[in-house]
Amino acid sequence: MRQLPSPSRNPYWRFLVAGFRGQSAYPLATLAGLVANATFGLLKGGIMGAAVESSGGELAGYSAATMAAFVWLGQGMLGSVNFWGGSDLQTRIKSGDVAVDFLRPVSVQAANVLTDVGKGLFALLPRGLPSVVIGVLVSSMALPPDAAAYGLGLLSLLIGITVSHATVYAVATSGFWLVETRGISVLYMAVSGFFAGLFTPIYLFPDWLLTLALLTPFPSMMQFPIDVISGQVTGAGAAQHLGVQLVWLAVVLAVGHLTTRAGRRRLEVQGG
Amino acid sequence: MAEPEEQRRVRVLRAYRAVLASRARSQASHRASFRMDLVGAVLVGLIEFTEIWVLYSATDQIGGFTLAQIMLVFGLSDLAFSLADLVAGHCDNLPVYVRAGTLDVFFLRPQPLLAQLMTSDLSLRRIGRCLVGATSLTVGLVLNDIDWSVGTVGLLLLALVCGFVIFTAQFVTAAGLQFFLINGSEMTNAFVYGGRYAATQPAVVWPRALLVVFGVIFPVAFAAYLPVSTLLDMPGPLGLPTWLGWCAPVAALWAVTVAGLCWRWGLRHYRGAGG
Repeated sequence: MRQLPSPSRNPYWRFLVAGFRGQSAYPLATLAGLVANATFGLLKGGIMGAAVESSGGELAGYSAATMAAFVWLGQGMLGSVNFWGGSDLQTRIKSGDVAVDFLRPVSVQAANVLTDVGKGLFALLPRGLPSVVIGVLVSSMALPPDAAAYGLGLLSLLIGITVSHATVYAVATSGFWLVETRGISVLYMAVSGFFAGLFTPIYLFPDWLLTLALLTPFPSMMQFPIDVISGQVTGAGAAQHLGVQLVWLAVVLAVGHLTTRAGRRRLEVQGG
Repeated sequence: MAEPEEQRRVRVLRAYRAVLASRARSQASHRASFRMDLVGAVLVGLIEFTEIWVLYSATDQIGGFTLAQIMLVFGLSDLAFSLADLVAGHCDNLPVYVRAGTLDVFFLRPQPLLAQLMTSDLSLRRIGRCLVGATSLTVGLVLNDIDWSVGTVGLLLLALVCGFVIFTAQFVTAAGLQFFLINGSEMTNAFVYGGRYAATQPAVVWPRALLVVFGVIFPVAFAAYLPVSTLLDMPGPLGLPTWLGWCAPVAALWAVTVAGLCWRWGLRHYRGAGG
């Protein structure tokens, strides 16, 4: 019987590791990100805390402690998900370099998404954890109630990060048809964070806006992982969140796969 | 013989005008792309307003401000920031120029580096952002019961000008620090974009440490929150007097001084990329 290649020989595993390790080369950039992250966290925590307080200690199911958890877990995830809409693929389609990628004996989609997920996972160490530690120090934020919340939370977080990068990949494939994709990126930047629960929990939205948000993959990227990690939803609710996340992951991966195939046939690179 | 000062100034200004006009023309010529950028800028502004609307609709008031009142703060600060972004926003590109070595070219030209950096791009799409702030401010002025007088108009104009100066100075301060940070350019986002976010909030909700950061060091509280408090006759944070909003020029002067020092300091530190 033929033995499976060891993980270190598997190209896709190597993409994940390369993304992870590539980020560790810029410690100053990481520190800078953390400073900006913490400043925004303090501001967001201030206004959201005041909002909870002025509604008598409870706002849309959030107490002061769970709202602080929402703010600081969100800040911690910010370096790991992509809400600005740009990507390597976008640049490589525009420059024509993507033609080289198609010659390689690996899936362009898997290579891109896995590298970005690797970067996102690395960011959890220098940016995610410290943000949460700062949150614990400066606020009375709620921590995961039990081991199950930690386990499910980490799983939900991993799926959330993957959904985010797989969606950005799918959006970037629009570059096969459009000359200038900056407008699409701006659009993505405006909408994704808002519907993902980057600024306020989506449960504060009026009903029609909440429904609209739930019809997009964006809550799966941040709001749902935060819900599960902070223990805002548990048991069946948490399982349902994970289920919805998995469905969206399948959808955005499938879309990305189809657009890559169609775009590859359309691709025209000038010059030699 | 030395050229008369007056003539020299006219000549220099003409040069800048020519540069800026060419930048504007180049953007307007790609119509579809330009329209999309403009729509995108308006959309980003609208979403930011929607965040405020969602938050203040979910509660009666935050930090003593109702939705109608915070529209004044948001409108004033967003308009001032958008105008500053239009003029100085591309100072953010400095690390790119430094890394690529293109900054050295700027040194060869007989114009001040900062002026060249500011005119290196003129993103007309940022005008779209100004519309959102201006609309919010106008609606806020209609909704609130304001005692109109020469003083009120004066206070609003003063706040807008000082807010613009403060945010522009913030961009320049950040650019000066970029000479040291390069890869850590995100650090300055804490007070440039964090400052913009802070300026749309009532300062009473900030933790004490941020009051020092955004009330004194990077005085964005003077861009909108304090003038609007004065306008609506509301008490300032920590029992500070209501007339504090009139002190915006002092804050603007301080911000300009900090920007000047940081820029000079950074420029002296720069040694070129060795190209």
